[in-house]
Amino acid sequence: MSFQRTQEKLKILADAAKYDVSCSSSGSKRANTNKGLGDATGMGICHSYTEDGRCVSLLKILLTNHCIFDCAYCVTRKSNDVKRAAFKVQEVVDLTINFYRRNYIEGLFLSSGIFKSADYTMERLVAVAKKLRLEENFNGYIHLKSIPGASDELMREAGLYADRLSVNIEIPTEAGLKKLAPDKKREDFIKPMVKVKNEIIQYNAEKKIIKSTPKFAPAGQSTQMIIGASGENDFQIMQTSNHFYKSYNLKRVYYSGYVPISYDNRLPQIGSAVPMLRENRLYQTDWLMRFYGFDVSEILNEQHQNLDLDVDPKLSWALRNLHEFPVDVNTADQRMLARIPGLGMKSVFKIINARRFRKLNWEHLKKIGVALNRAQYFMVCDSNQFEKRDLTSEKIKGLILQNSTSKYQKMLSNQLSLFG
Amino acid sequence: MQAKNLIYDGTFDGFLSAVFYVFEHKLKMVSIQNKFSVQQGLFSENESILTDEVKANRVWKGIKSKLSSHGSYQLYYAFLSEAIGVEDLLLDYIQYAFSQQKKVDKDYSHPSILKIAQIAKSVGREKHRMEAFVRFRLTNDDIYFASIEPDFNVLPLIEKHFKRRYADQKWVIYDIKRGYGLFYDLETVELINMDFPENFNFTKTDDAFFATQEFEFQKLWQDYFKATNIASRKNMKLHIRHVPKRYWKYLSEKQPN
Repeated sequence: MSFQRTQEKLKILADAAKYDVSCSSSGSKRANTNKGLGDATGMGICHSYTEDGRCVSLLKILLTNHCIFDCAYCVTRKSNDVKRAAFKVQEVVDLTINFYRRNYIEGLFLSSGIFKSADYTMERLVAVAKKLRLEENFNGYIHLKSIPGASDELMREAGLYADRLSVNIEIPTEAGLKKLAPDKKREDFIKPMVKVKNEIIQYNAEKKIIKSTPKFAPAGQSTQMIIGASGENDFQIMQTSNHFYKSYNLKRVYYSGYVPISYDNRLPQIGSAVPMLRENRLYQTDWLMRFYGFDVSEILNEQHQNLDLDVDPKLSWALRNLHEFPVDVNTADQRMLARIPGLGMKSVFKIINARRFRKLNWEHLKKIGVALNRAQYFMVCDSNQFEKRDLTSEKIKGLILQNSTSKYQKMLSNQLSLFG
Repeated sequence: MQAKNLIYDGTFDGFLSAVFYVFEHKLKMVSIQNKFSVQQGLFSENESILTDEVKANRVWKGIKSKLSSHGSYQLYYAFLSEAIGVEDLLLDYIQYAFSQQKKVDKDYSHPSILKIAQIAKSVGREKHRMEAFVRFRLTNDDIYFASIEPDFNVLPLIEKHFKRRYADQKWVIYDIKRGYGLFYDLETVELINMDFPENFNFTKTDDAFFATQEFEFQKLWQDYFKATNIASRKNMKLHIRHVPKRYWKYLSEKQPN
């Protein structure tokens, strides 16, 4: 491996890969059984964090940033004047192994610009994963990008070596995609996703009969959408997200606030702020859907097409549904506890366990870690001190905002004054 | 009745032997203290405890039968925190556990149970951080070497993780603060004490000790770390919350070039 050339390529191809948000390295169950290198059974590990506060868990690179497509939102688009480079298969293998041995990473996340054709590109990605597994005895985590339009045979092979496969739908609506990436079709993204979904279903069925059935993409599939590039509202975004979770059994949908990288007038101009707060609210909604038992239509619907920026989506829901409250924490079921603003699932489980021993009062709840600042208006406990005033939603919201400081305060006042 | 200080040798078995002593002599006013950090009470009498493996095992077996497996490992985790006074909290927890019919480890409204759960959580966090922040450097002897200074004594907790993961390479993880380390020789993991040359600089990669290619991979890793950052999303507060500054000196990516 020539150090200088690899160094140059690494700089270019890591820089081009950084807009892919996924850095998950958990959920694989691939054990080190051959006394080889690596193990992907435990929880994911973030080995470092970049200065933007994002986790570094995988070596995230493109195989090449040569691309035949010209998608307006993409830094690697054909018409963009950037330095191009391409790794050899062996170079990626060497980097992965040597980084892994030093405990820098959990594994590899390999994506690529599309050169020649979808299949030609997918074949190269699969070749890297195959070499790592078969020649290097590597049991670490491998995340491969499914190239839109790749053949079923290649997708099947990819799933045998990779832990996770993902294909980014990027633009939440078909109309937006047409505008920003006219050469791409939604069907091309869907095709490999369907193939992988079906293979996973088949694998799970076969494994019940034959235990030694080779693993197929044990960490499942994910996708990513760009936020704030093509004018969709939050309702449209979460509808799409919900559709992908339900129809394709995705493990994760990622939301990526658009980072302006182009002077194309179809897009937000360079220098405009990345919508980080909005991105955060979308993730909160995603969590409410997946872990807190909310249906997406409770949070976003025809009447409420955008998430509030100043309060989190659960609080916002609670303020619209005051008739559901107050909840008695000593008797309520898990579903209702999870709906109290200021209570995370950890607190919910602690409360359920702790109340078996004695009735809980404010002091107990505070020590357990409940954010009483928000929660106090929505619950009662073993105490005769509780909110007795008949407060309106606006009043409660005002009291909560008055007694808290958001880490987004600065951003919030800017954004509010823009629309206010 | 006079208050007693039970002084043990700092090991987990020593601590459990002290707990045995408390039950055996039905002591009421008692404090268990590590011999390396004795807090002298004004009117208390010191008693040295001999570490007795048999007694320790009896106590441990009893604890395991009175708690869920989650509860007993929380006790062990909290012990490894080496926090001043943690032994007395643990004793209170254990006495409470033995006095109840039900398994009490999820009684989060009991002060000692909640406190131990919180301490165990921070030890668990430190364990996880070490699994993340250990940076191996390849030495001239073909051993991957890492030095750490964890807040808590987490080496016993991370052994399994590293053994399973790096089954095909020799490695050493050395806790500089506590002066001992783990050495994996491709077969088993052993506890070792090492003598380092005088003025040995743990944060510097000296070519007298480390392989030539080590420098190249460190450089590549630093380059990667820089290239994967998105400058327009810079958020140093978040960065430092995830990677507190006290860990920086052993992280290759945070070294000045």
